[in-house]
Amino acid sequence: MTEVERHNYDVVVIGAGGAGLRAAIEARERGLRTAVVCKSLFGKAHTVMAEGGCAASMGNVNSNDNWQVHFRDTMRGGKFLNNWRMAELHAKEAPDRVWELETYGALFDRTPDGKISQRNFGGHTYPRLAHVGDRTGLELIRTMQQKIVSLQQEDYAETGDYEAKLKVFAECTITELLTDDSSGAISGAFGYWRESGRFVLFEAPAVVMATGGIGKSFKVTSNSWEYTGDGHALALRAGATLINMEFVQFHPTGMVWPPSVKGILVTEGVRGDGGVLKNSEGKRFMFDYVPDVFKGQYAETPEEADRWYTDQENNRRTPDLLPRDEVARAINSEVKEGRGSPHGGVFLDIASRMSAEEIKRRLPSMYHQFKELADVDITKEPMEVGPTCHYVMGGIEVDPDSAQSVVPGLFAAGECSGGMHGSNRLGGNSLSDLLVFGRRAGQGAADYVAGLDRRPVVLQSDVDAAARMALLPFDPPESGEPENPYTLHQDLQQTMNDLVGIIRKADEIEQALERLAELKTRMRRVVVEGHRQYNPGWHLAIDLRNMFMVSEAVAKAALMRTESRGGHTRDDYPQLDAEWRKTLLVCSATDDDELVPGIKVERKEQEPMRQDLFELFDVEELSKYYTEEELAAHPDYQSLAAKGNAEAGKEEA
Amino acid sequence: MSYIGQFRVWRGDSNGGSLEDFEVEVNEGEVILDVIHRLQATQAPDLAVRWNCKAGKCGSCSAEINGKPRLMCMTRMSTFSEGETITITPMRAFTVVRDLVTDVSYNYEKARQVPSFQPPEGLAPGEYRMQQVDVERSQEFRKCIECFLCQNTCHVVRDHEENKPAFSGPRFLMRIAELEMHPLDTADRRDMAQDEHGLGYCNITKCCTEVCPEGIHITDNALIPMKERVAGRRYDPVVWLGNKLFRRNRS
Amino acid sequence: MTANDTGVNAPLRARLPVSTLRVDRWWMGPALTVAGLTVFVVYATFRAFQQAHYFVEDYHYLTPFYSPCVSEGCVEASSLFGRFLPDHPLIPYAALSLPFLLLFRLTCYYYRKAYYRSFWLSPPACAVPEPHRKYTGETRFPLILQNIHRYFFYAAAIVSVINTYDAIIAFQSPEGFGFGLGNVILVVNVALLWSYTISCHSCRHVIGGRLKHFSKHPIRYWMWTKVSLLNARHMQLAWITLGTLMLTDFYIALVAGGVISDLRFIG
Ligand SMILES: Cc1cc2nc3c(=O)[nH]c(=O)nc-3n(C[C@H](O)[C@H](O)[C@H](O)COP(=O)(O)OP(=O)(O)OC[C@H]3O[C@@H](n4cnc5c(N)ncnc54)[C@H](O)[C@@H]3O)c2cc1C
Ligand code: SF4
Ligand code: SF4
Ligand code: FES
Ligand code: FES
Repeated sequence: MTEVERHNYDVVVIGAGGAGLRAAIEARERGLRTAVVCKSLFGKAHTVMAEGGCAASMGNVNSNDNWQVHFRDTMRGGKFLNNWRMAELHAKEAPDRVWELETYGALFDRTPDGKISQRNFGGHTYPRLAHVGDRTGLELIRTMQQKIVSLQQEDYAETGDYEAKLKVFAECTITELLTDDSSGAISGAFGYWRESGRFVLFEAPAVVMATGGIGKSFKVTSNSWEYTGDGHALALRAGATLINMEFVQFHPTGMVWPPSVKGILVTEGVRGDGGVLKNSEGKRFMFDYVPDVFKGQYAETPEEADRWYTDQENNRRTPDLLPRDEVARAINSEVKEGRGSPHGGVFLDIASRMSAEEIKRRLPSMYHQFKELADVDITKEPMEVGPTCHYVMGGIEVDPDSAQSVVPGLFAAGECSGGMHGSNRLGGNSLSDLLVFGRRAGQGAADYVAGLDRRPVVLQSDVDAAARMALLPFDPPESGEPENPYTLHQDLQQTMNDLVGIIRKADEIEQALERLAELKTRMRRVVVEGHRQYNPGWHLAIDLRNMFMVSEAVAKAALMRTESRGGHTRDDYPQLDAEWRKTLLVCSATDDDELVPGIKVERKEQEPMRQDLFELFDVEELSKYYTEEELAAHPDYQSLAAKGNAEAGKEEA
Repeated sequence: MSYIGQFRVWRGDSNGGSLEDFEVEVNEGEVILDVIHRLQATQAPDLAVRWNCKAGKCGSCSAEINGKPRLMCMTRMSTFSEGETITITPMRAFTVVRDLVTDVSYNYEKARQVPSFQPPEGLAPGEYRMQQVDVERSQEFRKCIECFLCQNTCHVVRDHEENKPAFSGPRFLMRIAELEMHPLDTADRRDMAQDEHGLGYCNITKCCTEVCPEGIHITDNALIPMKERVAGRRYDPVVWLGNKLFRRNRS
Repeated sequence: MTANDTGVNAPLRARLPVSTLRVDRWWMGPALTVAGLTVFVVYATFRAFQQAHYFVEDYHYLTPFYSPCVSEGCVEASSLFGRFLPDHPLIPYAALSLPFLLLFRLTCYYYRKAYYRSFWLSPPACAVPEPHRKYTGETRFPLILQNIHRYFFYAAAIVSVINTYDAIIAFQSPEGFGFGLGNVILVVNVALLWSYTISCHSCRHVIGGRLKHFSKHPIRYWMWTKVSLLNARHMQLAWITLGTLMLTDFYIALVAGGVISDLRFIG
């Protein structure tokens, strides 16, 4: 029997990013004993890196904004593949969630009348992102971290113990979820302390997954080491399903030079505040890349685009602020056609558009980042930027209202959940997503625990199996050369980057799958040196299991979806396909292999949008995405059909 | 443009340890953390190091480089000469866990002792109104990424372990200042700053400011203004006299 | 001396053979501070007790080290506020203002930093261990008295007014109005003294720093922003004024002692 430290909680939240903290606050406020477990220190989660802002239609800067507009923008950005109910809840609840942060002590930048200021961002019709300079994520994390402390202080006043009801387990990694043998419901979570390498078991009927993304499976990424897709893989192994895994967002502007910082994000706020993209010929090329579905919504000349910054009523926005997938593809094409910058990116120019003081005031961390890391003074020179793997739209399939997955007791929120953003996420919609669905997951878990008549049971054999899996990398391989986890990781990243990256082709994805299979056999031979105390090689070996599962899910789903949409671009199927719009690809784990289970992908029909929401859109716009059959449900469908005929007549004339 | 650099890295744990020599390849544009990663991937796979963002945003990778407290991910190799031997050690004010990783729980304990934001009663969410000029001072302090380099450098605890219970360190004295300057906070933390968090231990020698990677003016904008606020409350002769008389009356 | 086991060598901390690994010239700062402050203290002490060469009667140049001149020993013309202190070699002629000015600088937040670091080595430089076994900072007597710096600031502001007056009435010559190099020096000195005084942290607090809502006090906020700008230069001003004080005094001493004569532009 393995030696394990045991804890008993009502809810275990895995992840201390925005989603996890918000879920924990909710669960504790609902009276549950809550544990928050995270891989890094408390307050360091990936959310600190978010820069631009948090989208919420508060209408502080432009009073025309409301949830309907936000909802429409979100659906458009996701190319109508989004789970419409999630998009609806998100748009409706985001303002309340942001205001709530102020009651926790957050200090957002202000408008002249003292309200929360909002900034422009790609794909958002109005200035909508609540922000603090370019360190919004830090503000979010710190605020919620401090809210948690304040809840702990309340508990201290009452019980004399800060951690009586809410405890943070920092630098503790969960490696497996445990389920009840008879009901299949969640019974606990198993993990290890990074510091000591000792095992720890949480017995709890409800687990909220808030582990973030998968970017570390790609070579060029804005993501940190934490993003190994743990939540995705753990959920799969516990019997949950993932959706939309083929959609991976490549942020158009990552740093490209020097090599060691390649991929680090350059916030979209640079463009939101006036920065423009230029190619090596000095041309603002984005005007050539406005796709048909967005024709008419964006400025057609640089002059109009420039006027838009000051007068948004009478001008259309600059195409520099198209949704991220469009901009990333445009940059990719410019570079491919030889109009790139010296280090294989394009230029992002803010220096010629704003005074040095203004730049330093509005974008302090960007100024700092380029100055420190690249020796570039962005108030004098343009930046060099190129696409970088940034966000995964896919994730654990959940019920929109309660955030529960198909496994009873397993909830998910934040980047590791799927559906909300469809095929492409708008900037700023993630931070609001974390707050809205973090809270809902906390609530869902509380309701679920309240409704239980019996606590699911942890099986000792499951605990032993989990411990065995975790310790596997210390055993020398049965046969063959031992593998170094670092090398294996690099090979995986290279494979995903080259073959399942921003532009995909069937034969390349097939090749990727072959390589993944081969890498998986090498995975079996991974050996780590040293002992269990704070051993990064061992930690990586454990994370690799998860990265392999997630990578396979991405590749398999990408192969199956024969169209291009949002964060999934197929060179061999470059068009949107209305049939695919209503189809989701659902991944689940097969039980062929204990170490790295295989992935099975199935199609599933997307539930049609509720009629009142459907009618929020212009039928003409919908016609770019929907099948005729679906459109017939729209009240204006007849007039569209008539107009279509008339126009067809005009063209002939 | 790459070269072989000379490095000395501290390895060990709380029972003891030593500086070990390594030769590692260094490429253009790299930072110390890149070198440490290369060291892990090629020579010392179990070298313990804490990091997250590699972009100076999370404050995880604090260490001491040639004796100076710094973020490993923001220390560029180009600031050293090629022949120089670069020494990398863990932070020296905290208990060491292993190699470059230290136990920073002191900071989390102190964080928990600062009474939280107290909004005015009856102010509903969405009704908060604050002017930009009123939030700016606190916003500067909220840039803090909690790297704890200031805590590590402050001689009050770095050189005197026994002061740890009485002194919360610059980071958390600054947190008190942040709340004191928050336009909507209603609590008064001045006495507490002096009595429970040890503001008086700070002798304003500014090492915290010197090492802060966020460039926060900790001493000038947070600690000294806090000392002035405390002085206004405690060491103003008129206030002092008032307190004395008031107390005498009561007893 | 540094081998204490409560600091960087405390049990459980990373064990290293040396107390600092800094390779730069970290001792330079404290060394220069010691040198600078020593020069000033020696010079100022000597001059304060010299009781001579402090006044140029023709042009009414009075050195700041003797202002206000309130001893019975003062030259009559130099004394604007009466002469009432006994004339004794151990009582400086400006014994009313000098202690306050001394205490103002002694409790100044910048000078505190400077002498704590250089004279008291607490700490000598960042991440270089201090040699003391125990440390209580400014929590108890006598250092707790540093907290009354604000009152010395008020006193210093009054003295600055007097110095300003000195500088203004120095625009004279036996024939009436006059203007010479001494005036330039006195005016520059007084302007810098004001800058130093106004850039004081206590001043910054009193002017506006203590407010919670700048937006409700636009004028004080405006003043606070200006004081803050100066405050960022407080260290530089602290050193510059030490220099100008000595220069001003030295120039007047030379003129008063007849070593040189003032360069006159008018009168
Ligand atoms: C550079 C950058 C800039 C961004 N800017 C914006 C922006 O401006 N606006 C916006 O809306 N979005 C932005 N995003 C996206 C957004 O920040 C993320 O999607 C979001 O923060 C994810 O939050 P989360 O709560 O889901 O997870 P995270 O904040 O990533 O937290 C994950 C948590 O899970 C823990 N964890 C993971 N695995 C395990 C495990 N096995 N065991 C225990 N704990 C585990 C981690 O330790 C961590 O605490 C940005 C992203 C990046 C990378
Ligand atoms: S200024 Fe004060 S808090 Fe900062 S390092 Fe010095 S003594 Fe510590
Ligand atoms: S104040 Fe600066 S040095 Fe201190 S923890 Fe915060 S960021 Fe780090
Ligand atoms: S790794 Fe985040 S600050 Fe260095
Ligand atoms: S004179 Fe230096 S702080 Fe007051």
